[in-house]
Amino acid sequence: MLKTFPKGGVHPPENKISADKAIVELPLPKKVFIPISQHIGAPAKIIVKRGDIVKVGQIIASAGGYVSANIHSSVSGKVAKLDKIFDTSGYRKDVVVIDVNGDEWLESIDKTTTLIKDISVDSEEILKKITECGIVGLGGATFPTHVKLKVPPKKIATTLIINGVECEPYLTSDHRLMMEKSEELMVGTQILMKALAVDIAYIGIENNKLDAIQKLSELATQYKGIEVVPLKVKYPQGGEKQLIKAIINREVPSGGLPIDVGAVVHNVGTTVAVYEAVQKNKPLFERIVTVTGKSVKEPQNLLVRIGIPVIQLIEAAGGLPEDTGKVISGGPMMGKALNSLDVPMAKGTSGILIMPEDESKRKDDKPCIRCTKCVSVCPMGLEPFLLMTLGENQLWERNEDERIMDCIECGSCVFVCPSDRALLDYIRLGKNKVGQLIRERKVN
Amino acid sequence: MSKLLTVALSPHEKNKDSVSRLMYDVVIALIPAFGVSLFFYGIGALIITLTAVLSAVIFEYLITRYMLKKPATIMDGSAALTGLLIAFNVPSNLNPGFVILGSFVAIAIAKMSFGGLGNNIFNPALVARVFLLISFPVQMTSWPVPIESRMKYLDAITGPTALGQLKEGIMGGNTVSGVMEKLPSQMEMFLGQMSGSMGEVSGAALLIGLLYMLIRRVITWHIPITTLATVFVIQGILWLVSPERFADPVFHLITGGLMLGAIFMATDYVTSPMNKMGMIYFAIGIGVITVVIRNFGAYPEGISFAILIMNSVVPIFNRYIKPKRFGELIKDGK
Ligand code: SF4
Ligand code: SF4
Repeated sequence: MLKTFPKGGVHPPENKISADKAIVELPLPKKVFIPISQHIGAPAKIIVKRGDIVKVGQIIASAGGYVSANIHSSVSGKVAKLDKIFDTSGYRKDVVVIDVNGDEWLESIDKTTTLIKDISVDSEEILKKITECGIVGLGGATFPTHVKLKVPPKKIATTLIINGVECEPYLTSDHRLMMEKSEELMVGTQILMKALAVDIAYIGIENNKLDAIQKLSELATQYKGIEVVPLKVKYPQGGEKQLIKAIINREVPSGGLPIDVGAVVHNVGTTVAVYEAVQKNKPLFERIVTVTGKSVKEPQNLLVRIGIPVIQLIEAAGGLPEDTGKVISGGPMMGKALNSLDVPMAKGTSGILIMPEDESKRKDDKPCIRCTKCVSVCPMGLEPFLLMTLGENQLWERNEDERIMDCIECGSCVFVCPSDRALLDYIRLGKNKVGQLIRERKVN
Repeated sequence: MSKLLTVALSPHEKNKDSVSRLMYDVVIALIPAFGVSLFFYGIGALIITLTAVLSAVIFEYLITRYMLKKPATIMDGSAALTGLLIAFNVPSNLNPGFVILGSFVAIAIAKMSFGGLGNNIFNPALVARVFLLISFPVQMTSWPVPIESRMKYLDAITGPTALGQLKEGIMGGNTVSGVMEKLPSQMEMFLGQMSGSMGEVSGAALLIGLLYMLIRRVITWHIPITTLATVFVIQGILWLVSPERFADPVFHLITGGLMLGAIFMATDYVTSPMNKMGMIYFAIGIGVITVVIRNFGAYPEGISFAILIMNSVVPIFNRYIKPKRFGELIKDGK
């Protein structure tokens, strides 16, 4: 029996149409627009000015607080201006615009593809390099990696879990990475193990990526303490709490963090970025992005420099299809619909999904028929129909008692609702209000 | 960019379920039982079914359209389903006037006065059945005899139900085995050859419907199986204690409206609990009350009352029985 998380979950159509497409590098653009807020936490502070000449990998904005990350130039050239443009969040944010000239990397970066297995640095040095290189969670949450690696006092990390689940339909960037950067992933895992001083690491992969499971399982025999765990396909297995439950059968407490059960979870993309940072001195300035959709001519897995406008990625995949209705940054279950195609891609952009017109519009919502389907599929054991009703009636305290803050916004409830209710919209609103209540209580 | 992109919050993907698909799946699940009814009760079954479905749909339309002034909701299939279930719950020789009255009670009183689909507390079709039973006890308890009444409607030859014969026999000082001699074999009754409400007689056909609904994931096993199991176990204990006073559990499973009630009436979405644990307690309650009424009450059959009684506590269940949450709660300040 394959492992999975026991409670709830759904099976959206997988649609992994780009699974066999090898990673291709997107040609350099003429201009990049590098956002300085690509992570959860404080935006970085810009340290370049108009007219400065920068190289690939050079720091252009430094972390603006404890939870923040450095931003590096993804190209070489001249800083054209400091501007404010819409980014994938849908808001106007500060960007550094750079005119590209050649492709000159910082000398300190090792551009070769030779694998460096020996980890010569100690855990402190590892943390320092990860911080310097601006590594953040590449699964989509973009939480600064160095912060996640600092175990709080009185807590002990016992298990490292590497997230290769990629449970979002359509997306294949992690799958391709596991196939094409397998050794780097292994070394990256060992680096993270060293940083956390843990002896065991599990790489969780869903059973729809058999080739990756096989390849990594074979490799794992050469690396001490790493085990590949095949998982039954079920959404949202890539959620940290669900993945921990599936692999080590422990439940992160409500309001708690994975470290409360001794676990630290990192995405496969992040792990490879850690390898590159520690062994190759390479800051995070490019990533793999899946460009896909049912009407897309040539779905692709592209290696893309940060700051390239999304439209250029779409053009590389055969252009915007005629019947486009919606363009999503990320996957169909949790991704964000973009209002413009000129937004620059960022560290957290795992995919660009193009949905045809007829799948883009929501249906009108109808009264709840109390079928309990939303309750059955909620992986957190919540009652989405109730949270929505309480939200409609502005009963925020009741919402808090019903543990609305546990909602991971996976969208499973909306996916199954036969009445097409806007459950998650109301739950988000409720979380917002309850969050305010909690903060006010802390102040008083 | 000339094209306007749709912007909406996630998720962007939905499965194909809809209210009408679910309702029509229940209707499909009722087809085997309906077929058996046509076979045994002939035109009577056809007439009351058409009357009930049509009148329920018309009442729903009139009320939503002219009293509530909202867009008509008949297309979701829920009114048609209620009508169908009313027909299943009455004898097939019932006067059409009573059938129409039943539809009115179900739609106007039990459903719409609570605010329409999703808000009613009591199962509308059962409210209609119990209303008719109390108002017209004679007509509601004269059941056509199967096969012989095929070509008859209001003039059908009538006889008592198996449960009725049992109750009468026991009250009259007879033993269970004495009553059983006069009844058809259990196999015949399981297939539906007995007197009873139109759609309740064939346990076999109703179980096929259950299987279909389980496969299509319209409902889960919790309510129907727990109800049937509860009746089986408690009746089994009674029977072991005193086999001449209490009938065997299999007899109770296949007679009366138990199967129809457990599979189609108790599982009504709106009037049953909102999570698995609640469903199990709800179903145990229905089973217990049914056994008590059947063995010790004044009526031979108790499933409808049992479901309605348990319907009334569903709001309390929903308030206090919660699904198992993920992860324990850490209290503020730890
Ligand atoms: S309530 Fe939240 S956690 Fe539960 S299914 Fe809905 S979105 Fe997912
Ligand atoms: S899935 Fe939709 S219709 Fe069913 S109980 Fe939940 S909110 Fe109501």
